[in-house]
Amino acid sequence: MTFFSHLRKAAIATAFVLGATAVHADEQYFPLQSYRVGPYAAGGTGFFGGFIDYLNLINIRDGGVNGVKLTWSEGETQYEVEKGVEVYERLKSNPGIAAWNPLSVGIAYAMIDRITDDKVPLITINHGRTDTTDGRVFPYVFPLLLNPYSETSGIVNYIASKEGGLDKLKGKKIVVLYHGSPYGKETIPIYELLSQKYGFELSQIEVPHPGNEQQAQWLTIRREHPDYVVLRGWGVMNPVALKTAQKTGFPADHIVGNVWSNSEEDVIPAGDAAKGYTAITTQASGEQYPVVQEIVKTVYGAGKGNLEDKSRIGSVYHNLGIVNGILNVEAVRIAQAKFGNRTLTGDEVRWGFEHLKLDPARVEALGAKDLFHSINVSWDNHEGDGYVTFQQWDGKKWNVVSDWIAPDWKLLRPIIEKSSEAYAKEKGIKIRTAEDADAVVSN
Amino acid sequence: MSYYDFLFVIEVLVGGLLSGVMYSLVAIGFVLIYKTSGVLNFAQGSMVLFAALTFVSLVERGIPFVLSLLITFAAMVVLGFTIERTVLRPLVNRSPMTLFMATLGLSYIIEGAAQLVWGTQVHGLDLGIDDTPFEVGGILISSFDLLASGIAAAMVAGLSAFFYWTRIGLAFRAVADDQFAALAVGLRLPRIWGTVWTAAGFVALVAGLLWGARLGVQFSLSLIVLKALPVLVLGGFDSILGAIVGGLIIGASEKLAEVYLGPFVGGGIEGWFAYALALVVLLVRPSGLFGQKTVERV
Repeated sequence: MTFFSHLRKAAIATAFVLGATAVHADEQYFPLQSYRVGPYAAGGTGFFGGFIDYLNLINIRDGGVNGVKLTWSEGETQYEVEKGVEVYERLKSNPGIAAWNPLSVGIAYAMIDRITDDKVPLITINHGRTDTTDGRVFPYVFPLLLNPYSETSGIVNYIASKEGGLDKLKGKKIVVLYHGSPYGKETIPIYELLSQKYGFELSQIEVPHPGNEQQAQWLTIRREHPDYVVLRGWGVMNPVALKTAQKTGFPADHIVGNVWSNSEEDVIPAGDAAKGYTAITTQASGEQYPVVQEIVKTVYGAGKGNLEDKSRIGSVYHNLGIVNGILNVEAVRIAQAKFGNRTLTGDEVRWGFEHLKLDPARVEALGAKDLFHSINVSWDNHEGDGYVTFQQWDGKKWNVVSDWIAPDWKLLRPIIEKSSEAYAKEKGIKIRTAEDADAVVSN
Repeated sequence: MSYYDFLFVIEVLVGGLLSGVMYSLVAIGFVLIYKTSGVLNFAQGSMVLFAALTFVSLVERGIPFVLSLLITFAAMVVLGFTIERTVLRPLVNRSPMTLFMATLGLSYIIEGAAQLVWGTQVHGLDLGIDDTPFEVGGILISSFDLLASGIAAAMVAGLSAFFYWTRIGLAFRAVADDQFAALAVGLRLPRIWGTVWTAAGFVALVAGLLWGARLGVQFSLSLIVLKALPVLVLGGFDSILGAIVGGLIIGASEKLAEVYLGPFVGGGIEGWFAYALALVVLLVRPSGLFGQKTVERV
């Protein structure tokens, strides 16, 4: 990426910001709290690049969603909460906001009360607070596809499948190596619960932020001789974990990464130490999917692609951004079917998300067969029962090594409801009903 | 304590000492600048990032390893003299706090410039050093860390020799002792400071390559200053020997604390334990174990 290409991008972004202040009728606007510099820029450029590429595809190929043009502007957060909130304050007055997509647990937490007052959806695809799955308490927050508890269940189910069934987990030893942050600690209770349920021995070890030194943790792991290590990392913690595992003699093919330890950026710096490492994902990587091919042909072909480095097309974060784009656009499309093909209010788009049902046939029609499985969001289930799959790094690319696996939603739902109801009680929130969910603010 | 437990203690200790050497590598860059100009250069971490990112980006563009190394070193020389000319010289005779704030700002500028020029992508860095551990008496030792220790030792020896047996080294020491006296005898302070920043740039390059091979070359490299700060407090801001001894003590103690104290307080303590230890030393010896005691007329 050159200096001048950055300048060009900055000029385009500025133009979009200026343009966005004058959104016309029949435009739907996405404010993007992106991070293209700072410690997590690699993830940010990939995700927001994929998201923008998909929005561009819809505009160029279809002329927008049923004639409604999609617009957006970016504000740099560097993944910092205060900057994320600052960008929110700056962009929230733009008309026609469809949804917020900060891709940051911290920023999302800081926005929950604000967007609830604004009545605009907050999308936390694959992350966020687990109990926001309960739409009865959190009407505007959507941890689409995968919340942290479902991720945990999916990982345990995958390990069980490798061992020959859930009953074979009894007596096995699993270590969870987690990032020392609220994100990292989110799954501590659910691992404990699953350990009790399936009888595996569990040890959970914290790595202090940012995780660039893990000698002590991996020596402890070596002493415990676990059968598997689950890596719940973020950023630099992931390659360091893989390298230190190699140093202490722990095999990479017995390390299973979570959804934020599953990108090329996590394994490439680890070099050979990452070969054989497996990680969970909700969306496969690669360029072979029709929708990605269309983006290459239509968007990059027109010189409007967002990624400077085209070798990153089809990478994990880029494809996650594309899937996020599909989910946002389809929610708008579904809401338009009810409220009309025009600029929608945030609350109308919320209704769209609460009826976001994409079965495998619809996913295939969208050109995303095998890119992701399906989603089935409802007014009270804001995650939408996403399926997961597992990919293994061969030193050059990820290869899918499992079928689509369903987390144990029935087991998780009562725990989620207990937590969300406690939150509702603490905050004095009235629990929504289906009728409440159907009452929509249209202006 | 069983024999296995004893071996484990030794293994944690050795691992900690080797990690400590890596912290010292960064700390030495701070010491060089502080020793000669009294500036706590908070931008050292950014210089590590800049050096590593420049090197790996050149290598990825097909430039041979040695040539990339030379070009990167040349870039660090230019950076060192530019900082002296544009930041330090205009701020001469300002308070230490002003200079510290200037380096803090400099840190953000270098980080931003590095990413602006070379992009934000994460890079792997293979120095061709095998990182498969080998076993000595039941203890696993990282060959990479051992080699890094050797490089750090060679660099300390080289810097010590440079300081004590060369003319410019003598000038460095004179400036470190008394800037006004050095100026009075005809030493050219700007040139010396430029050279010191270049030397710190060289240390940043070495640290950047070794840490980059460990972590990958990415923004987080600039955060390794957080590991160097307690080393400096403990060893003394103006002592190369202090940086080495401080690094060893911090490395070993934080690992032992994480393994043996961590489980009693919920784990994840090594991040703050090093600072707690440094604080204790600060209370007992404000100038660190090897730092020069400052005496001022009041």
